[in-house]
Amino acid sequence: MTLHLAIALDGDSFAAADWTTPVRQADEARLDFVTFQDSFGGRRPDAVQVAARVAPLTRHVGLVPVATTTHTEPFHLSTALATLDHVSRGRAGWQVRVSADPAEAALLGRRAPLEFDDLFAEAGDVIEVVRRLWDSWEDDAIIKDVATGRFIDRDKLHYIDFAGAHFSVKGPSIVPRPPQGQPVVAALAHDERVWSRLDVDVYFVTPDDAGQAATIVRRLPGKKVFADLAVSGRTTAETADLIAAWSATGLAGFRLHPGGDHGVRAITGELVPELRRRGLFTPSPRRRLRERLGLPPAVNRYQEVARA
Amino acid sequence: MPKQIILAAHFPGVNNTTVWSDPRAGSQIAFDSFEYLARTAERGKFDFFFLAEGLRLREQRGLIHDLDVVGRPDTITVLAALAAVTTHLGLAGTLNATYHEPYELARQLATLDHLSGGRAAWNVVTSPGAFFGENFRRGGFLDHADRYVRAGEFIETARTLWDTDGGEFAVTNSQFDIRGRFGVPRSPQGHPVILQAGDSDGGRELAARHADAIFSRHHQLDDARRFYRDVKDRLAGYGRAEDSLKIIPGVSYVLGDSDADAQEKAHHIRRQQVSPQTAILLLEQLWNTDLSGYDPEGPLPEIDPVLDESDTIIKGRAGMYPDRLATANEWRARAEAKNLSIRDLIIEVTGRQNFIGTASRVAEQLDEYVQTGACDGFILVPHLTPAGLDDFVDQVVPLLQERGVFRTAYSGTTLRGNLGLA
Ligand SMILES: Cc1cc2nc3c(=O)[nH]c(=O)nc-3n(C[C@H](O)[C@H](O)[C@H](O)COP(=O)(O)O)c2cc1C
Repeated sequence: MTLHLAIALDGDSFAAADWTTPVRQADEARLDFVTFQDSFGGRRPDAVQVAARVAPLTRHVGLVPVATTTHTEPFHLSTALATLDHVSRGRAGWQVRVSADPAEAALLGRRAPLEFDDLFAEAGDVIEVVRRLWDSWEDDAIIKDVATGRFIDRDKLHYIDFAGAHFSVKGPSIVPRPPQGQPVVAALAHDERVWSRLDVDVYFVTPDDAGQAATIVRRLPGKKVFADLAVSGRTTAETADLIAAWSATGLAGFRLHPGGDHGVRAITGELVPELRRRGLFTPSPRRRLRERLGLPPAVNRYQEVARA
Repeated sequence: MPKQIILAAHFPGVNNTTVWSDPRAGSQIAFDSFEYLARTAERGKFDFFFLAEGLRLREQRGLIHDLDVVGRPDTITVLAALAAVTTHLGLAGTLNATYHEPYELARQLATLDHLSGGRAAWNVVTSPGAFFGENFRRGGFLDHADRYVRAGEFIETARTLWDTDGGEFAVTNSQFDIRGRFGVPRSPQGHPVILQAGDSDGGRELAARHADAIFSRHHQLDDARRFYRDVKDRLAGYGRAEDSLKIIPGVSYVLGDSDADAQEKAHHIRRQQVSPQTAILLLEQLWNTDLSGYDPEGPLPEIDPVLDESDTIIKGRAGMYPDRLATANEWRARAEAKNLSIRDLIIEVTGRQNFIGTASRVAEQLDEYVQTGACDGFILVPHLTPAGLDDFVDQVVPLLQERGVFRTAYSGTTLRGNLGLA
């Protein structure tokens, strides 16, 4: 079976070239996506912008920045990620991050950190709002009807009227529906307690062995589960052997952690050709990230309601 | 050397200046459109590209406004993408000081400055209150009177963060109480360029104190000169030199083979901009009441405008008419005298193009404005997306260059440098 491959970029450079070079390599190797690490207070550029900065220079690879749900405005998150999807022509994703760190809370100064349950309840609400806003324009809302003078059919725009424990958001989005409808949402699932709480498409996990990987996959039905794998310290053959050994566990694929720029070249120049030789990786011809990953088309929740 | 003109390209926006009904009008959201206009501006050696922002879709009579362009990208994300397809062009984004937070926004602007090699600019706007607030965590938390208190402290705080070179900060003022490590090393410009677009006394004072440039709406020659003097005279109070604050009005233009040809084109564009439906809607913005029963080809209403400013029928746009009744009487008198229908009148009194003529006449007029103390340059607002500035770049820019008032090559390495700011 063929697996999906991603690369986790966690560089701290503020020079654009230090990002465009590895992402172009991943693009040329036809990897499925790259993730961009981020956090508040870290010495790193804003990940959504880094993803946007490389988007016009790449054509295939999915672009999945980390963005934090705690302290940020769900409305801004939704419009920024929708815009990333527009500028990348349907290659955007989002790795959800929460923040429990008091030092991060102090940077924003708006409130104390939340406890675990509230933190994830709020993250769940943020994902819900972000997703509703993506659907708040139907795909064919822009009509440009000269006879009636109307640019949009306002019946195809929807207030989302979300009201939760931590915030409420009216909508609709200011950004027309992104090309993918719903960009891909991902999250770390190292802690089992988050599994049932977030409406995400992709989980990143760190199993110890193939057996554990298979167990996790079974317990996360309907999700694309990626194993995080550090390639540094292993030869290309060793990494390929490990991927081969785990390939029948039901994992959707692997997110490779290169450990520096040299690592990206080693992945795209050596590991990927080796995996292709072994029939473990076949580049997808699809341009949109959802389609690359085999996710179903994103049905618009409001369109469904309107038709019902 | 004569004074040099600043030029910027405004991406066509969500009001009736933008003609979406023209067969040549392209997408308002596809990245291709943004890339096309930015590349055109850079080909024309423009100083910067400019994006507006509105944090909620406009409404009129409680319904989402559907006659103008609706929808646009997130400001800073699209600017980051444009940094990849341009090299010298400044990237200016409008971002609301009420519904952003300093740590996050300062970090985003500094990131953009790094990723673009020193080309980031922030147009600081405040907001029309609780209407936008319904999309945000805190709702309409800020009193209208405090909008510039927050904006001023926001700018000061952002600059404090930018000055840390990525290190520790602690800021406590009336709006913010934040501390920690900023994490972004000093960006190429140090401080991204700050523009300001408020017009009230508070807005002008904020600009005089903090801004590098003003995006103004004063474009009639006399009015522009008065505005220019007003804000430049405020600078001394803050120990600032006159050329440290650039005044850049948003303007539109129409070029023709002859002046008569340009006038004819301008009239055609005005009719495209003011459809019968739009004519009624613009009239409602002054009358502040439902006029949907009126015939756009008929006379103006005899009823008077509704003066209750606490509940205006248009939401999501700054107030435009300080004295509704006086303006309404003026419009009625004018319509009667010239026998104008509602639509004819609206075409005359709203948003007429500012510079109409042959390329050489337009170049001459722009130069006159800058050399005679009406402004320092222009933010050009084209009516077509994305090719609306092609004719300006092809025909007017070379004439400005011949006059020696506009660059033939970029000289600075940052936006600040190109604008002649310290
Ligand atoms: C030329 C011009 C452009 C403006 N563009 C925007 C904009 O894109 N987004 C926005 O929210 N406000 C915009 N505004 C509104 C102002 O920034 C400001 O918030 C508003 O005018 C209220 O402040 P004031 O009372 O000082 O005028 C603009 C104003 C002017 C004069």
